Amino acid sequence: MVYVWGGGVITVLILLVVIGYVLVQGLPGLTLDFLLTPPQGGLSGEGGISTVIVSTIYLVAVTIIILVPVGLGAAVYLAEYAPNNRLTRLIRYGVETLAGVPSIIFGLFGFALFVTVLHFNFSILSGALTLVCLLLPTMIRTSEEAIKSVPYAHREAALALGATRWQMVSRVLLPTALPGIVTAVILCIGRAIEETACLYVTLGGSAAMPSSLLSGGRTLSLHVFYLAMETRAFDKAMATGAVLIITIIIINTITNWLSYRFQKRMKGTS
Amino acid sequence: MTIYNQACDCGKISARQVDLYYGNFQALRNITLEIPQCAITAIIGPSGCGKSSFLRLLNRMNDIINGVRVGGVLQLDGVSIYDKTIDVVDLRKRVGMVFQKPNPFPMSIYDNIAFGPRQHGTRSRHNLDEIVTRSLQQSALWDEVEDKLGQSALALSGGQQQRLCIARVLAVEPEVILMDEPCSALDPIATLRIEDLMRTLARDYTIVIVTHNMQQAARVSDMAAFFMMEEDRAGTLVEYGKTSQIFTNPKDKRTEDYITGRFG
Repeated sequence: MVYVWGGGVITVLILLVVIGYVLVQGLPGLTLDFLLTPPQGGLSGEGGISTVIVSTIYLVAVTIIILVPVGLGAAVYLAEYAPNNRLTRLIRYGVETLAGVPSIIFGLFGFALFVTVLHFNFSILSGALTLVCLLLPTMIRTSEEAIKSVPYAHREAALALGATRWQMVSRVLLPTALPGIVTAVILCIGRAIEETACLYVTLGGSAAMPSSLLSGGRTLSLHVFYLAMETRAFDKAMATGAVLIITIIIINTITNWLSYRFQKRMKGTS
Repeated sequence: MTIYNQACDCGKISARQVDLYYGNFQALRNITLEIPQCAITAIIGPSGCGKSSFLRLLNRMNDIINGVRVGGVLQLDGVSIYDKTIDVVDLRKRVGMVFQKPNPFPMSIYDNIAFGPRQHGTRSRHNLDEIVTRSLQQSALWDEVEDKLGQSALALSGGQQQRLCIARVLAVEPEVILMDEPCSALDPIATLRIEDLMRTLARDYTIVIVTHNMQQAARVSDMAAFFMMEEDRAGTLVEYGKTSQIFTNPKDKRTEDYITGRFG
C-alpha cells in the first residue's frame, strides 16, 4: 500500500513541480507584447514569438490537411475492408512498429527524402510531410479503434436496409465514430505541437515569418530549444514553454471532453 | 386466427433442398418449404437448430460471413435469390429485417426512419417527411413520438426502439419482413404490442419470424415450421404446416415433444 501510494504521490508531485516551475518562471514574461512581436534572432534571444506562433499554426494545419485523409482512409480500410490475410497483418505490424520508432529517425528520413532528394529544403512542407509520417500510426490506430467500436448491430442494420458497403461506412460508421476520429485528430495536433527532434532536421529554424509552403520556420517547441541552447534568454524560453503547456492543457481538456461524449453516445444516453 | 389466404398456393418464398455450409460445418440440410404471401410464418425449434441461419439466407445476410456456401434452390417470386445476376442491395430492399436486439442508429428518430429511403435516392424533404410519418403510423409509434422526431432514437424505451426498427424497415417499402426473435429483449407488454403490429402488417406484408416463444408462435403465426438439429448438428426441417395443425395435431413425434415442452 505504501508503495502504491508513494508512486501516486511522487507522480503528482513531479507533475506539479514541472508545470508549476515552468508557469511560475514563464508567466511573468508572457505578455501580449511577447505574443505579438517577432523574435530578434541572434544571441540575445530578445523579442517575442509572433512568427513562431504563425509557423506553428501553419505547420500543424498543413500536417493535418495531409494526415487526416490518408490516415482515415487507411483506418477505414483496415477496419472494414481489409481481408484477414498476411498482407493485412503485415500492414498492422508495420503501423505498430512505426509507432514505436523514435521521432529523430523520422527526422533523418524526412531530411534524406524531403529536404535533400525532393529539394523541398528546410521548409514547412518538409516538416509537415515528416510529421505526417510520424503521426500516421497514431492517427490510423486511434481512428481504427473508433470505427471498430461502433456496434456490429449498426453494420447489420444498415446492410439489411439495402445500404451498400460504402453507404454503411460513410453514413453510419463514420458519423457514429466521429467524436473518436476527432479525438484522434486532436491527439495528433497535440503531438505535432510538442514535436521537436524531427523538425530540427526538416523545418530548419528560421525565425522569419513564413511566406509559403517552402519557407522554413520554427515551432514553439523548436523555439524553446533554440532559446535555451543558443541564447541567454532563459526567461523567454520559459515564457514560450508556458505558452506550450497552456496550449497542451487546452488540447487535452478538449480531447477528454470529446471521448467522454463519444462513450456516452455509444451507450446511448446522449 | 388463420388469415392465410388459401387462394394463393404459390409461395412468396420457396426453398427447395436448401443446404447451408459455414466452411466445413453444415448448418442446414435439405430444407424444403413454401412461405405464403401476406401471412406470418413462424420458424420454431431448439437453440442452434439453424432457424436464424435460415432466416438470414432469405436476405443474404449470411454473405457477410466468410466461407458461406449455399446449395439447393431459394426463390423469391420465382426468381433465385442466389443467382449471380441478383443485386443484393435490391434484394435487401425487398426483404427487410428486424433483429433480435433493437438496433436503432445513434441518430434522431427522423434520421433513423429516413436512412433507407435516403440511401436509395430519396432526397426531397417533402417526400421524406411523408415516408417518416407513414412508417411511424404503420408501426404504431407515431402518437408517442410525433412531437420529438428530432430527438435521439436511443432515448426511446426498448419496445419503442423495436417498433422504430420496424418503421425503419417499412420506410424502404419491402415485400417481405424477416424478424429474428424480435421480442426476446422486450417485456410482455411491449411484446404484445409488437405482436398486434405484426398481425396488422400481415395484411400487406409477408412476414417470417424466428421465435423461441411457443406461445408467441401459436398466437401470431399462420404457418409454422419446426426445425431441429441432427446428430452432426446440421439443422433440418422436421415438420411444416398450418400453425393450428402443428400445435394441436402434430404429425411428428419430435414436434409434439418439443411443443409440449418435453425438451428444448
